Amino acid sequence: MSKTITIDGKTIPFEDGQTIMDAAMAADVYIPHLCHQPEFTPHGSCKLCTVNVNGRNCSACTFPAMDGQDVLSETKELIDDRKKITQMLFVEGNHFCPSCEKTGNCQLQAVAYHLNMLDNHFPLFYPDRNVDASHAEVMIDHNRCIFCALCVRASQQTDGKNVFALSGRGIHKHLIVNAESGLLKDTDVDVNDQAVHICPTGAILVKRTGYQVPIGERIYDHQQIDQVSLAASGSRPVATLPPSLAVGKEHPKHGK
Amino acid sequence: MANKIRVATTSLAGCFGCHMSFLDIDERMLQLVEVVEFDRSPLTDIEHCTHCDIGLIEGGVCNSENVHVLREFRNNCKILVAVGACAINGGLPAMRNHIPLEECLNEAYLDGIGVENPQIPSDIELPLLLNQVYPIHEVVKIDYFLPGCPPSADVFWKFLTDLIEGREPSLPYELVHYD
Repeated sequence: MSKTITIDGKTIPFEDGQTIMDAAMAADVYIPHLCHQPEFTPHGSCKLCTVNVNGRNCSACTFPAMDGQDVLSETKELIDDRKKITQMLFVEGNHFCPSCEKTGNCQLQAVAYHLNMLDNHFPLFYPDRNVDASHAEVMIDHNRCIFCALCVRASQQTDGKNVFALSGRGIHKHLIVNAESGLLKDTDVDVNDQAVHICPTGAILVKRTGYQVPIGERIYDHQQIDQVSLAASGSRPVATLPPSLAVGKEHPKHGK
Repeated sequence: MANKIRVATTSLAGCFGCHMSFLDIDERMLQLVEVVEFDRSPLTDIEHCTHCDIGLIEGGVCNSENVHVLREFRNNCKILVAVGACAINGGLPAMRNHIPLEECLNEAYLDGIGVENPQIPSDIELPLLLNQVYPIHEVVKIDYFLPGCPPSADVFWKFLTDLIEGREPSLPYELVHYD
């Protein structure tokens, strides 16, 4: 008999070596997450995938599935926790959606929509962060970085490079690039690198592409992130793939 | 109707875009005024709030007058609502929060390109600017939030009809946008 866990009472099979997140995605169960992508080593930093396992809270993306685990995910308490975490992510950076070209395609925004987050609750930090527009084709807007390290992992694990890293701790944590000048133009980043396309927010952007799809016709304008995420993981029919999975593909041109 | 629901609205550090979007409820406004009476609002030109049921606040808090108006609304409105991105997180005006106020004023009134007769306005009638732009929930208690830049007419309609008909207001996925 195969091994199983339960998530919110639903029995879910798993194989040895899978995390709770792996098992959930394979079984078409969405657990909110931002710093996780199945193809990369789990990072466990955003804490949005916090679930309750046999009475203790832990990150679903890093916690190994074990036979007989009783996992709670969609409880009021955990949903409220996730909303608070998302609000903290918003107030710690400068996330002004109306002036961000990622709006509608942004996973941070989409998770907030999914959680029906209507306000920030906390006082805003308005941190001073800069923009690195030195590279001809790619730019970094540090105001929007949530330190998920997806670009760090994609650069190392897919692109075979080492362009990005996180430096500093706590509130001083920041994204750095691998160049003595500290500028993106002096790294070996390429516009076709997966690292450039995997950012869940508008922190890493490809120049001159931001408005090819009009606001109102973007991924999360009409679909919830749980549907998009499960489609991307292959357990549901593919609708529109998130930009992270559309590396190198031209977006269809809209407009006149 | 004897006891109409009293609604007040104002725009603080906003662009009136949220008010324009509210007016986009179009002919539904006729249904609304059957049960609602407007108190202080740019729509009525009434200058000060009396006791109201609902106060709609557009824009963040950027100067001393905004603080006074916001407090007047809080003191008079049973339910106070943050309407739009600027009220919720400061929005576009909050871009100045990264620049010292003196630098902002110098750029706008002294050193900027095309400035004629350079002088920083100091008329006693002008409200003093705050050191930064604040979201309104950092100044007074806010009961509900309507995100969007602007919130669509349907957001206003859903929210107000929920309240008027005695339901806890809620916004479905389709109506929640931050842009």
